[in-house]
Amino acid sequence: MNLSQEHLSVRTTCPYCGVGCGVRATPQGAQQASVAGDTAHPSNFGRLCVKGSALGETLGLEGRLLHPHVREDGVLRQVSWDAALDKVAAQWRAIVAEHGPDAVAFYVSGQLLTEDYYIANKLMKGYVGSANIDTNSRLCMSSAVAGHKRAFGEDIVPVSYDDLELADMIVLVGSNLAWCHPILFQRIAKAKEARPDLKVVVIDPRRTATCELADLHLSIKPGTDVWLFNGLLTYLHGIGAVDPAFIAAHTNGFDAALAAASITPEEVAQACRLKVEDVLAFYEAFAANAKVITGFSMGVNQSSAGTDKVNAIVNCYLVGGRIGKPGAGPFSITGQPNAMGGREVGGLANMLAAHLDLDNAAHRAAVREFWRSPTIAEKPGLKAVDLFQAIEAGTVKAVWIVATNPAVSLPDAEQVRRALAQCELVVVSDVVRDTDTNALAHVLLPALAWGEKDGTVTNSERRISRQRAFLPAPGEARADWRILAQFAQRLGYAGFDYAAVHEIFDEHARLSAWRNTPEQLPRMFDIGTLAGLDRAAYDALEPVRWPLGKTPFADGRYSHPDGRARFVATPPRLPVNQAGGEFPLVLNTGRLRDQWHTMTRTGRAPKLAEHTPEPFVDLHPQDALLCGVREGELARIGSNWGSMVARVRHGGGIARGSVFIPIHWNGQTSSDARVGALVNPVVDPVSGEPEFKHTPVMVDRFPVQWHGFVLSRAALGLEQVAYWTKAQGAGFSRYELAGRNRIGDFGAWARELLEVTDDDADWLEYSDRSAGVYRAVHLVDDRIVQCVFVSPRPDLPERAWLASLFASERLSDQERAGVLAGRPLRQGADAGPTVCSCFGVGRNTICNAIRENDLATSAQVTACVKAGGNCGSCVPEIRQLIAVVRAEAAEAAE
Amino acid sequence: MKPALVVIGNGMAGMRTVEELLALAPDLYDITVFGAEPHGNYNRILLSPVLAGEKTVDDIMLNTREWYAEHGIALHAGDPVEHIDRQRRIVRARSGLEVRYDRLLLATGSKPFIIPVPGHQLPGVLAFRDIGDVEGMLAAARDHRRAVVIGGGLLGLEAANGLMRQGMEVTVVHVTDALMNQQLDKPAAQLLQAALEKRGMRFLLDAQTSEIVGTDRVTGIRFKDGSEIAADLVVMTAGVRPNIALAQAAGLHCERAIVVDDTLQTYDPRVYAVGECVQHRRATFGLVAPIWEQARVCAAHLAGTGHRRYVQQASPTRLKVTGIDVYSVGDFIGGEGSEDLVLRDARRGVYKRLVLDGPRLAGAVLYGDVQDGPWYFDLIQKGADITALRHHLLFGPVPQAA
Repeated sequence: MNLSQEHLSVRTTCPYCGVGCGVRATPQGAQQASVAGDTAHPSNFGRLCVKGSALGETLGLEGRLLHPHVREDGVLRQVSWDAALDKVAAQWRAIVAEHGPDAVAFYVSGQLLTEDYYIANKLMKGYVGSANIDTNSRLCMSSAVAGHKRAFGEDIVPVSYDDLELADMIVLVGSNLAWCHPILFQRIAKAKEARPDLKVVVIDPRRTATCELADLHLSIKPGTDVWLFNGLLTYLHGIGAVDPAFIAAHTNGFDAALAAASITPEEVAQACRLKVEDVLAFYEAFAANAKVITGFSMGVNQSSAGTDKVNAIVNCYLVGGRIGKPGAGPFSITGQPNAMGGREVGGLANMLAAHLDLDNAAHRAAVREFWRSPTIAEKPGLKAVDLFQAIEAGTVKAVWIVATNPAVSLPDAEQVRRALAQCELVVVSDVVRDTDTNALAHVLLPALAWGEKDGTVTNSERRISRQRAFLPAPGEARADWRILAQFAQRLGYAGFDYAAVHEIFDEHARLSAWRNTPEQLPRMFDIGTLAGLDRAAYDALEPVRWPLGKTPFADGRYSHPDGRARFVATPPRLPVNQAGGEFPLVLNTGRLRDQWHTMTRTGRAPKLAEHTPEPFVDLHPQDALLCGVREGELARIGSNWGSMVARVRHGGGIARGSVFIPIHWNGQTSSDARVGALVNPVVDPVSGEPEFKHTPVMVDRFPVQWHGFVLSRAALGLEQVAYWTKAQGAGFSRYELAGRNRIGDFGAWARELLEVTDDDADWLEYSDRSAGVYRAVHLVDDRIVQCVFVSPRPDLPERAWLASLFASERLSDQERAGVLAGRPLRQGADAGPTVCSCFGVGRNTICNAIRENDLATSAQVTACVKAGGNCGSCVPEIRQLIAVVRAEAAEAAE
Repeated sequence: MKPALVVIGNGMAGMRTVEELLALAPDLYDITVFGAEPHGNYNRILLSPVLAGEKTVDDIMLNTREWYAEHGIALHAGDPVEHIDRQRRIVRARSGLEVRYDRLLLATGSKPFIIPVPGHQLPGVLAFRDIGDVEGMLAAARDHRRAVVIGGGLLGLEAANGLMRQGMEVTVVHVTDALMNQQLDKPAAQLLQAALEKRGMRFLLDAQTSEIVGTDRVTGIRFKDGSEIAADLVVMTAGVRPNIALAQAAGLHCERAIVVDDTLQTYDPRVYAVGECVQHRRATFGLVAPIWEQARVCAAHLAGTGHRRYVQQASPTRLKVTGIDVYSVGDFIGGEGSEDLVLRDARRGVYKRLVLDGPRLAGAVLYGDVQDGPWYFDLIQKGADITALRHHLLFGPVPQAA
């Protein structure tokens, strides 16, 4: 019998990136569900990337925060909701009474649903009376917001996903789309497959997986994008690729922008450390193709010149009137699932609500009138970095953090820890119990997680989709909007008596239409037609893109009062802190393919952890030589602000002078790998977005006496270990370790580490004492429970085979014989590190298949060993393996 | 007339030398062989399985009387040589038979060491050396119940195992605190003891026998500490002594055994010696592998094609107790500056220890899983540099990287 489960499935959206893919979740008993792509969702048409595919593995209540807790004398104690909220309300009220509304703040998140976001923003700006509400979206796309507002008069992304298929050229700037937005990357890949003429240009200091698709890769010097696009503007003007009529009729500021941009291609090549032919090839193609999309992401936004970068790009579109037309436009690709929803409700410290402006008295009055609120914030609040500095300075005395982990993710993360540690009141609403930020909270409030919460999100193409619950609310967890509304009511505010979430959406939709006429307060964000949805209609809401039935700017009208777009003059400037002296290298940060943010969710999925189980620092082999570090060993990376430890890797994609470190690791997953601690707290003067992509650092040896790893079904206490990282495996935790102590009696040391006290335990060991090599495996009833491997060098056996043993209830004699070797002793080959997470196909398996069958395309590899056949995220890596293996074969044949 | 070769000793060493010689020079000598035992030549190593009932005497015969006839060898089994006259180049057997030699090969082997405690001559006290001893033990096992084996070495444990298989209650008495201390380190010895105890064997370690008790036949054993245990059969396996009386009487130079050079020649150029009765440099021999090599070298010289030299090499030991795998080779204790690799899997009964001397493998003790023993032996013999293999060494030959 194979009954369809389809009727039981719930259509919702993925909680990861800004692509906003539709997901079908089918509950499988309590707190479990299977997940598949929603073929009816217009963002992904059923496709899911590896992270989305693994959503089912991230469910379950392990590690969840299920009850309110209050810290008393340093110890968290479970309390009732009433007690927790009463405490917060009392302290909050007292602080506001004594120090005014600007002494309290919210720090929220692009993980919130629009309705949650709306309530937080309304509470803070309309009732508390301060704009001290900022969000982690500040770290992500606030430069795009600011750029859009400067150019268009409103935060509008003038491109839709459909345009990708219509374009003749796609430029990707500072975007590793292949890893960070895989479904969009696959849409482009598919379009290019159908139309090989579709030109793809990647502009990125790193040679990322995205370059796999590129016809041209400009390995730009970090932070010099403005030179490149100023040069493009100059070039387009120079060859007459301009639309004088459009400029005259629909824009302002062209002359000043052109004057500020003036630069020759040769100068660009020098400033950006590029070859002039490559620069010209890019410019010529941009000029020759009318339909060009320039997708940009963190590499543009996370810069002290982020807003100027956005405007330098937009200028190149305005000059040819190439906005609001099919297949063309600047395309900000957002990082978070609901960054755009947050922008709609104005959930940033310098925005109001519904695309209305905080610094406009008429706007403030209109919103206050709509809310019928007692007050309205009159000046911009503190942006993320400033906010935590104000907390440390003591001017902000209470902060409520919702669904984010600033102690990891903000620049100068040590400063954030210091700030929180001395803050009078730190409230955190979260879904997990243990995070670096929660460790500093006075009050912890359990929130509903993905799959339990209900509301709407907006993706990068302005498409509003329902995120629907398919699991029961666990423990005492509550929706974020409900927590905030109940808090507001405790503070005595009217206007928060919502019975259900659709009422909030209705209010939000009505506010978007409030006085939204050409005569009053016109703005393009208007979803008034979605107002008035009742519960059933809201539940049935299909994905819908605003402006409804229109293409932004197709009519040449912009949202500035005069209806014109603005050229913004963008005189180029270098990143604030330049490399040199003690800190000779430039740190670039970013994401990995299979992880998301601080891994609180993705970290729970074993198949995601396998791709990169350990934090690393990627640098050029020659820089490694200069720093005295070697691939595979540990390095300490230090900046003026902090330091961390990571494993040295030569990924091959890094130019000399730069290093790359992923952002995901934190105090829960590693001893010392929060890259945020290093990042300079420098921000863009307009957007306030931090310069995550450019911090001068030094790399140095992290000398250790021994390297090791442990695979263990039970969690370990690692206080004594100098370096550790933890990754989730299937049925075990994987720890990578290194120590500075000399171990005398390895056996006793290992038993203590693994907490094995029984002398008669089934304990296998191998020791080469004089070489400092020790290995032990602990079994119970022939089932592997733990193993530990130690060596003075990082030459430990591969973990993949050992990891696979944790899936079996009984080790066979042959497996048992091999377990101390860390490999199967006779037949059965080691598959190597996982490349394809979906099918669990290892590198060796793939390389062997390529060699033995002379495979030349990734499709052939898929046909042969399945790898790459599901989500396709690993296809670039497979292509690389093909290239490497075939090159080796060719060399061997010579 | 062909020159005459006389071989004293119809055991494994002597007859292997003859076989090697026949292969090199089939018609060079008139060969006469004297043997003390009234049999053809048999494989002494396999007496343990015979005692254990796993093999019969016929199974272990190496050369039948027909074989001697076919090769024109005069065999005098059961007629030991009692005198050598090197002046006249004549040997005289117990029967009075005298045979002249041009070349003489001594392969007199060794005698079990019977501890000279009071009572050691009582009926029921046996050694474990030849077919006669095995027959005596088998007979005792039919009529008696309690056996004591004195000596917890290789041979003692094999005897004890065989007697147990024959239905006797067996106690092994050993003078030190660890079994097989010539071949095993302590952890391996402990595993071995535990495994044998599980089968019902009993052990008295650190036990010094002071007297064998009994009047008509052995009834028990008394120890130095005054304690006593009952026994109907006592098997002495406390080592062997090279059998050199004949050579000494003939005036050949002997120390612990008959001293030979690298060609297996004694101080009399007409007289060669091989096997357990010889001393080469400082070493005497008890294992078969070096003796095979001696036979090869000696035969080459007897054949007149002598260019080989005997070089001492480590030789592996295996315990022949069914179901218990022990393998030991080389310097398994190690000394100053040596390093070791150790693997323990107590539950599976596996213990392995490799001793390294600088970049080379010096010795190995394997317990429970001995299949890589030959590989280690080979590495030791070759003196291979194992630096690159070190981390894999204990897990066996690395399969060719995929």
